[in-house]
Amino acid sequence: MTITLKVNGTEHTVDVEPRTLLVHLIRENLNMTGTHIGCDTSSCGACTILVNGKSAKSCTLLAVQANGAEIITVEGLATTEGLHPIQEGFHLNHALQCGFCTAGVMLRAVELLEKNPNPTDEEIRWGISGNLCRCTGYNNIVKAIHWASAKMQGKELPSTEPQFV
Amino acid sequence: MIAENFNYAAPGTLQEAFKLLHEFGDDAKILAGGHSLIPMMKLRFASPAHLIDIKNIPGLSYIKEEDGYLKIGTMTREVDLEESEIISSKYHIFTDASKLIADPQVRNFGTIGGNIAHGDAANDHPAVMLALKAEVEISGQDGKRTVSINEFFYGFYTTAIQHGEILTEIRIPEPANSFGSAYHKEERKVGDYATAGVAVAVEIGADGVCTKAGIGLTNVNSLPMRAERSEAALVGSKLTDSDIAAAATMAAEDCNPSTDLRGDVDYKRHLVKVITKRMLNKAISRAK
Repeated sequence: MTITLKVNGTEHTVDVEPRTLLVHLIRENLNMTGTHIGCDTSSCGACTILVNGKSAKSCTLLAVQANGAEIITVEGLATTEGLHPIQEGFHLNHALQCGFCTAGVMLRAVELLEKNPNPTDEEIRWGISGNLCRCTGYNNIVKAIHWASAKMQGKELPSTEPQFV
Repeated sequence: MIAENFNYAAPGTLQEAFKLLHEFGDDAKILAGGHSLIPMMKLRFASPAHLIDIKNIPGLSYIKEEDGYLKIGTMTREVDLEESEIISSKYHIFTDASKLIADPQVRNFGTIGGNIAHGDAANDHPAVMLALKAEVEISGQDGKRTVSINEFFYGFYTTAIQHGEILTEIRIPEPANSFGSAYHKEERKVGDYATAGVAVAVEIGADGVCTKAGIGLTNVNSLPMRAERSEAALVGSKLTDSDIAAAATMAAEDCNPSTDLRGDVDYKRHLVKVITKRMLNKAISRAK
């Protein structure tokens, strides 16, 4: 089947089998390997991307379902101006160690902040409940999302100093 | 994991979808949000030869109050239920349930119609529908028919939806009296199926007497289960603490859980009792 979709602003027309998963199309046909495959059972969220602005687990979508869609992957977050605020937030707040889950968490956070620009700690934790991180723990991820929220609204930036609890 | 090969079609109208369903017979499956079906296909528990994606059919996604019903279109996504004004102001049971169904990414795609039509007693909406005494509209080439939720679930993954048909609408009768509803499930982690879940809806008259009670149970029976004896005991009562405790005990006695990794039978019965009691209290306080 021939499908056309826009990924990070560039239109691609590709021929795929109907059973091809969207994550495989992105990684293998389009060679964008920033989107990871973790559990492959829609539990871990490492494969999270944005499909028409909605965060989605791309291991549980068929590529053909995304025919005509606009997709953003982690490769599409930064611009020539620099990093996206969420990337900057993760960087400055040490919100990753191995980085495997990071692309997925950031894309989920982008939609979360779009819908709720000022989330509470609890709203962030519910908001990223579909993303598993197995090394950092979530404290710095939550902190990074708060930081990005402030940055995106031009507010005073919270401290990025480590907190010892 | 890759599914077996299949053909994919995304018709633009219901009539086209019915035509395809007739043409392909039992080899075809309807694809809505896909978040139950695609995982099953990846694990090769299901291998339909034809997938008919109904996402391009207009007019299947809505939440509206009309003709004495809350009407929900089959392709309404879980996220739309979460964000709906009508739902959050009146039908709290959906707000409770939505928060516990899978996770935000899955709720962006999973649909209420798919959750029900999948026919899995472990899904959450079936119990919610039982509590709300819903009806579903099933459409086919020859027209539409309405089926009470009581007659909808046949068995494991089988429902009243016949060959060539599509579930198109969910209808909840609008409450006549003070109305309160609540849902909770115990889950081991976000995204897990319920160890046990209880959906409750009550209507209370001006004199404080319960006029209608609905209790649906998740994942403690081979089919989504109505706690009939509990409901009958509550209707006509003043919903005192002892009425509530008795109804909760009956629900725990009447369900048929099985021992698995989520817990043993006794534990699950205990959960049903505790959650039924809590949800009844929550629904009653919401009705007031």
